[in-house]
Amino acid sequence: MNPLNPLYPGRRRRNVAWTVLAYLATAFGLLWLALILGALIWNGIGGLSIDVFTKMTAPPGVVGGLLNSILGSLMMTILGLVVAAPLGILAGTYLAEYGRYAKLSHVVRFINDILLSAPSIVVGLFVYQFCVVPFGHFSAIAGAISLAVIATPIIVRTTEDMLNLVPNTLREAASALGMPRSLVIRQVAYKAVRSGLITGILLAVARMTGETAPLIFTALGNSLFTLDPTGPMSSLPLIIYEFARSPYPEQQKLAWTGALIVTAAVLTLSILARTLSARGGNNK
Amino acid sequence: MTVVLSTSEPRMIPPTQTSVTPVADTSKAKGVAEKPRDKLVVRGLNFYYGETRALKDVTLSLREKKVTAFIGPSGCGKSTLLRVLNRMYDLYPNQRAEGEVRLDGEDLLARDLDLNLLRARVGMVFQKPTPFPMSIYDNIAFGIRLYEKLPKAELDARVEAALKRAALWTEVKDKLAASGLGLSGGQQQRLCIARSVAISPEVILFDEPCSALDPISTAKIEELIDELAEDYTIAIVTHSMQQAARVSQYTAFMYLGEMIEFDDTNKVFTAPRDKRTQDYVTGRFG
Repeated sequence: MNPLNPLYPGRRRRNVAWTVLAYLATAFGLLWLALILGALIWNGIGGLSIDVFTKMTAPPGVVGGLLNSILGSLMMTILGLVVAAPLGILAGTYLAEYGRYAKLSHVVRFINDILLSAPSIVVGLFVYQFCVVPFGHFSAIAGAISLAVIATPIIVRTTEDMLNLVPNTLREAASALGMPRSLVIRQVAYKAVRSGLITGILLAVARMTGETAPLIFTALGNSLFTLDPTGPMSSLPLIIYEFARSPYPEQQKLAWTGALIVTAAVLTLSILARTLSARGGNNK
Repeated sequence: MTVVLSTSEPRMIPPTQTSVTPVADTSKAKGVAEKPRDKLVVRGLNFYYGETRALKDVTLSLREKKVTAFIGPSGCGKSTLLRVLNRMYDLYPNQRAEGEVRLDGEDLLARDLDLNLLRARVGMVFQKPTPFPMSIYDNIAFGIRLYEKLPKAELDARVEAALKRAALWTEVKDKLAASGLGLSGGQQQRLCIARSVAISPEVILFDEPCSALDPISTAKIEELIDELAEDYTIAIVTHSMQQAARVSQYTAFMYLGEMIEFDDTNKVFTAPRDKRTQDYVTGRFG
């Protein structure tokens, strides 16, 4: 463009103004993230000791740790994932591949979107009604189920979105070799978006790790060490919820430390997911 | 590149299924008037995208071990016709074909036809190179493994043979484990040809195989098609009339879903019967 064009100076000024606004908005968002992380580290890092990872949660006055909560979180997340990942990937595959043009898919997609945005406390209450009340006691299994209900729609959605990115030409090329549909999906489509599928699962894991509400009515929490999935079990978010309201400073300190650990775990997973999807984008 | 515009090419012969299949054609007697038989016969073919009729009573036949070019302006139905020949349209809903398509006498439009088996016999190379997201070696081996369980050494030999057939071997032999996506566009397209050839189809369909390639890669692919015609029956859709003239022995000119003219390539280009064909090949439209 001719720099002497009378339109140009005004356009340049507007460009500068909007760019500054965009930077300000970014800074505003990042500020809160930095404040949260800062507060967590400031209050939580002091409590990080070997005790946190080796001792159980304890009554006030006794030196305790978070071992039972960390193990409980791990166990329920893994149990939830074992249910959610295959279910989510299969359903997402149906939506994107077999049922792409089917009427049923519209319905499934709609319901999945509702589930995706369902309040997690509602999920907790629902699972309470079906998996706690009939058995008469809280259990880690009920907790894992409610986490699976949270995670499945996320995985369904990411799987479908990822498979939709596979160009039809690639499917046609595979079919043109006489490859049956199931093989086209497993060997070609999944391979083409593998990092995207893993990203979806990691994001779902991150979400499960941080959930509290669905566990209140299902896993309940447990101050004792247990690996029995049929009984109540502790988890990091639950213990944060409990200890943060405690009047005892040592428990409050543990809550901060637990919050730091959860955040670090979720952050690590998210960053891992980002890196993977970025790398996946490059070799396309 | 070899120009195949010999006047000694056989004229149109009526579609009969009688001639004897030449077994293991090792003779390099290319161009010698050995009467080609009809490998694939299309009669009264109509094709519908939903309500839209995209092909209207199309009739033609692909001669065995010859190259037939489909030309015509965009949207004339030439790609659609190609996609009927291996039932590629079956992947999508609301697309249907009516009429008669026969490969060696076998009805290709039959409802109970095994599509995977058909596609093993009728291979396809697409406009955009579509290597699978795996190594160069696996791109070829994958198709072979679909049909045969071979010991490693034999599989290696088959992969090598396919890559040599597609004139790609010398360029990739030291990086067979590298991703097929890392190759140049022209190399990727030859990889796709090697992949098709590896499973020994009888017919290979080319859907504008050079439209995404530079002139040098195009020349290589054309040369390759020429060589492949020694063993395979070939149909090629192209927008380039020069390409049709260079690689094919027969040319079909299509317009608005109709087969306007189907004849020897040199006849279509030098003495077309139909005014529309003449206008198209002389560049007056399209």
